[in-house]
Amino acid sequence: MQRSNRLRYWRANLRLVAICLAIWFTCSYGFGVLLVDELNTLRVGGFKLGFWFAQQGSIYIFVALIFFYAWRMNHIDRKFDVHED
Amino acid sequence: MSLQVLTYIVVGASFALYIGIAIWSRAHSTGDFYIAGKGVSPVANGMATAADWMSAASFISMAGIIAFIGYDGSVYLMGWTGGYVLLALLLAPYLRKFGKFTVPEFIAERYYSKTARIVAVICLIFISFTYVAGQMRGVGIVFSRFLEVDVTVGLIIGMAVVFTYAVLGGMKGITYTQVAQYCVLIFAYTVPAIFIAIQITGNPIPQLAFGSEIAGTGTALLDKLDDIVTSLGFHEYTTGTKSTIDVFCITMALMVGTAGLPHVIVRFFTVPRVRDARISAGYALLFIAILYTTAPAVGSMARYNLINTVQPGEIGVADGNLDYEERPSWFDTWEQTGLVGFDDRNGDGRIQYYNDNNPAFAEKAFEFGWQGNELTVDRDIMVLANPEIAGLPNWVIALVAAGGIAAALSTAAGLLLVISAAVSHDLIKGIFVPQISEARELLAGRVAAAFAILVAGYLGFDPPGWVAQVVAFAFGLAAASLFPVILLGIFFKRINKEGAIAGMLTGLFFTYGYIEFFKGLFLKWAGAPWGENVAANWLFGISPEGIGVIGMCLNFVVALVVSHLTAPPPIEIQHMVEQIRVPRHINEGDM
Repeated sequence: MQRSNRLRYWRANLRLVAICLAIWFTCSYGFGVLLVDELNTLRVGGFKLGFWFAQQGSIYIFVALIFFYAWRMNHIDRKFDVHED
Repeated sequence: MSLQVLTYIVVGASFALYIGIAIWSRAHSTGDFYIAGKGVSPVANGMATAADWMSAASFISMAGIIAFIGYDGSVYLMGWTGGYVLLALLLAPYLRKFGKFTVPEFIAERYYSKTARIVAVICLIFISFTYVAGQMRGVGIVFSRFLEVDVTVGLIIGMAVVFTYAVLGGMKGITYTQVAQYCVLIFAYTVPAIFIAIQITGNPIPQLAFGSEIAGTGTALLDKLDDIVTSLGFHEYTTGTKSTIDVFCITMALMVGTAGLPHVIVRFFTVPRVRDARISAGYALLFIAILYTTAPAVGSMARYNLINTVQPGEIGVADGNLDYEERPSWFDTWEQTGLVGFDDRNGDGRIQYYNDNNPAFAEKAFEFGWQGNELTVDRDIMVLANPEIAGLPNWVIALVAAGGIAAALSTAAGLLLVISAAVSHDLIKGIFVPQISEARELLAGRVAAAFAILVAGYLGFDPPGWVAQVVAFAFGLAAASLFPVILLGIFFKRINKEGAIAGMLTGLFFTYGYIEFFKGLFLKWAGAPWGENVAANWLFGISPEGIGVIGMCLNFVVALVVSHLTAPPPIEIQHMVEQIRVPRHINEGDM
């Protein structure tokens, strides 16, 4: 396992983490807190959109994000040949 | 069959199940005891983590709080779920690769310092005992309400059950028991929610019913709720009263605090591989999300049902309010426990429920002949009373009791185990008696767990006034002390011992000082709290619940600055950091 390969692996990981955290932040703090009043003017079914993000949507996105990250990381682990067994 | 007999049967059967599992999965080594021999599948670990995480507070209190504060309750929903994203992306896989038993052990090795280990143990014990005291109290309350035994007797039964499986089975016993407890608690939570969702909207999925129209009308549930609560002088349900910065900071403190809680982190030490740690965090959050997305639906429907019960007719018309003589039977049962109260202030024999703290509504209330709010409802009863309010069969009510007990016991057991590991592994083996044999360490772990249960039981029996106040502190502390140094230890090789200790102490004392200043914890004798706990006095408008975020930022800044001003960590520590960053083992020659 070459050092340079490990560094490239680590950068790929950091890039993926940064993307996921940007989505994490936008959906919870962005849509559910900072922009909640603006989004509340829109509606989805019986929900105001900002309220829906704060009490439902953000949680669904959190779950999806972790599975997405785990799936992409398994791929990256193999690509850089640092996966287990 | 009477409710009480049914409850005894359901709760008794669930206890028999937990103890049976504990005997089957007895711990034989310290590895089994602390981290279940690293042999737990990611799905089972996810379920156990979910049960461990969801406490009596999530099960019993959260939906009730949301019912009364509406949008502002979102801080708990986002705060107590979003932390798992941080765990999965930033901590869990690396700590699993590190491959040891406890969180202080990681801090000790990464920062090559016994001082850092002791500071981490102190943070851990404080956080865990705060939590455990609340759980034992929850067990006592559920027992006393549903089994109609004394709170003390309920507490002793609960302690005996936890004792059996935590002391005997260690992490292995706890993990498999928690899988069973998760199943009990989630079933108990969702069944009444589904029934109530069908009754109100005709849609069986609570998450959707919450945004549906009320059956037989063209009005959406939330719109109707906004309408009726504002016409009784309350704040609109779907918007908040807290300032944006405060909502932001409380949510962040809860999220980061979740990711810094030792009993949650340690779960990811129990899976076989690094990639299992990542996916396991996903399963944990999926199982948690089932309850957390149901809770706001339960909250809104409970509030709607409650108001409809006491205000069946038009607001302001004399016979629009419920006649006390015609009150439903659940009202009676809960009134006897003192958790629902009626005070007929205007002497009309009817129940008026409205916001009498709203000056804008006072004139209207006066016109109606109302002389103050007459109904008090303890928020903690909403989930427990919900099936009765909705008129569901007795077996559902018995199930809710078993679910509440499962939630409290599973969290208590997980916390007791991290306390016992901190004492036997970090203090006894790590610092005082390094040459201790495995058999004796295992014995020490069991004795520490037994002792922790006794202390927890005492705290639950006679909770000191600070229990409720320090919950904010426990999260703030985890966010401001442990989380930053673990994160920096993985992502920044340059962070050294001096930086980490300075950072932890800064975060800890700043957060502690702020909470002491506004809420008063241990320095009441010296005149604390010194500041009036109102928004005008807060730093940047941030309440003591959210201040851990500022403590966390200070911790990061101090740790980075101090590290750069002092010598870098030794080369073998830098190698260790490189080692934990990749899933596969790196050979010495490749460093």
